[in-house]
Amino acid sequence: MEQVIANGLYLGTQYALIALGLTLIFGLMNVLNFAHGQMYVLGGFVTYTIYGQLGLPFPVAVLASGITLAVIGGLMERYLFRTVIRRSHREESTMLLAAATAFFFDAVILLIFGEKQRGVPKIVKGVFNHFGVILPYDRIVVAVIAGLMILAFILFMKYTRTGRAMRALAQDRVAAQLMGIKVDRYTMIGFALGAMLAGVVGGLLVSITGVNSGIGGPISVKAFLMIMIGGAGVAGGAIAGGFILGMMESVGLTVLREYGDVTYLVIFGALMVFLAIRPNGLMGKPWG
Amino acid sequence: MTDNRKLIGLAVFLLAVFVVVPWLIAVTGRKDFYYTLTSVALLSIASAGVWMTFYIGRINMGQGAFALMGAYVAAILITQYGVSFWWTIPLSGLFCVLASLVIGLPILRLRGVYFAMVSLVLTEVTRLLSLALPITGGAKGITNIPLPGAISLFGITLVPDFATLENPRIAFYYVAVTLMVLAFAAMYRLVNSRIGHICMSLQQNEELASSIGVNIVHLRLIAFGISSFLGGVSGSVFAVVTQSVYPSSFTVTDSVNFMLNCFLGGLAYVFGPMLGTLTLYFGWNLLFETGEFQLLIYSTAMIVLMLILPNGLLSLGENRRKG
Repeated sequence: MEQVIANGLYLGTQYALIALGLTLIFGLMNVLNFAHGQMYVLGGFVTYTIYGQLGLPFPVAVLASGITLAVIGGLMERYLFRTVIRRSHREESTMLLAAATAFFFDAVILLIFGEKQRGVPKIVKGVFNHFGVILPYDRIVVAVIAGLMILAFILFMKYTRTGRAMRALAQDRVAAQLMGIKVDRYTMIGFALGAMLAGVVGGLLVSITGVNSGIGGPISVKAFLMIMIGGAGVAGGAIAGGFILGMMESVGLTVLREYGDVTYLVIFGALMVFLAIRPNGLMGKPWG
Repeated sequence: MTDNRKLIGLAVFLLAVFVVVPWLIAVTGRKDFYYTLTSVALLSIASAGVWMTFYIGRINMGQGAFALMGAYVAAILITQYGVSFWWTIPLSGLFCVLASLVIGLPILRLRGVYFAMVSLVLTEVTRLLSLALPITGGAKGITNIPLPGAISLFGITLVPDFATLENPRIAFYYVAVTLMVLAFAAMYRLVNSRIGHICMSLQQNEELASSIGVNIVHLRLIAFGISSFLGGVSGSVFAVVTQSVYPSSFTVTDSVNFMLNCFLGGLAYVFGPMLGTLTLYFGWNLLFETGEFQLLIYSTAMIVLMLILPNGLLSLGENRRKG
């Protein structure tokens, strides 16, 4: 039982961090970023190249993943999404753009890095084995870093000028603009920040699960699930959703093992019932 | 557009798909195009369904689920109960309508991305269910579905048994195109009817529509039901054309593609899904020769197209008329 909870918490911290990036982009621009999983994979490959191939220290590599993705995210917002949002009659058109960028990243990743599963040397050796819980130390390190980043993100959104501006934008775009907030600039920063989070998680996790070019899509779907559980566009909801999905996965894999591969079927079913009762998730705004 | 021009347009289109295309294929000898065009016709029927849900302002990524359901219903009815293929087309459509009513009642309350994501999950649920249920045959699917039999009325054979035909591909092409024409004619009629105009009001503001006295729950279900019907029909014919159905026959990717077809053609145009499907399907196949760069070129083209024509291919004509 302790083992199941520990696994759930470990999964939860990563999931929450992925969901935070997605929900930030959604809250600011009403764009469902289909390419989020691909951004995660890209971050993983940057870390793999710098830490695994070039042999530079791990923190440098993760930092590089974050910066690379932040730049890509910023450019995507500036040159793709902003243009399409301005020219299109219907908001949903950004979904086609997001899906196209997801395909594009998939193609680029496949061409540059190939389809092999890639891993890097462990960052910390040894296994934690007390109180009936067995957990490798590197997982604990990654979970702690992810937890700290979630904390940093919350503090950043709460107390800095940029964070306040972005929260205002998410609440009411027009009102924020009237108050003199530079909407374009902060939307771009927000998109870059969301992409950066995806990149950093990808970089962190490459040291544990490795990375391969095909996992982008499934990661995106999981991230969608998390923000649906918690409520789209709300930071607290993303964190809650991440932990809930992590726990469900961990518990489900243990409890439902004898029935075969049905964990996700049960999770999906439960989610549909839950959303039918509570359409905007745990803490989402109505019609997010 | 005047009525005359519409009629001429319809005649030209019918002539093109029923006479010119088969003639061109016969002349050039590219028989493989029959299969490609059959697929395009069937996929565009499913995309038309997705378009219908866009019309009431819902982003539907669950069409793959209904196509898969339709495919399985047809396959099970034909192989296990010996039902004729021609009956399974409406039957699988109706099955999907029933399913969509049960599912739609709760989830149509959702809007925007919530609906989009739940319908995406629905596709995945259907795939996982078809893997888990005993009747669907698990990952092996259902194979060796027989070809359609003959239709005869009062002893006169209207449609011959497909197995006796020299090339059943051509027959399937005619079936698929006929269904496509029927589906789009019905859609066109629907959109230009009273119900169609009311649906448009749903797209813009549901609360307002409801306050004027429009029964929005009713209309949403009707639109979703029509959408699922088309999905089921498309899936059932697809299963028989390929003579097999697997849990992976229609996946999340297909659901997303149905949606992209609508976007690409243009959400404001009834015939958008048809053009979108044709363009995307052919574009993808033509790029096959570029090998590993296929996806790169395809996605780049899509991004560029989105930047130039964010309102769909058919908005090109509109700009010209205005300018």
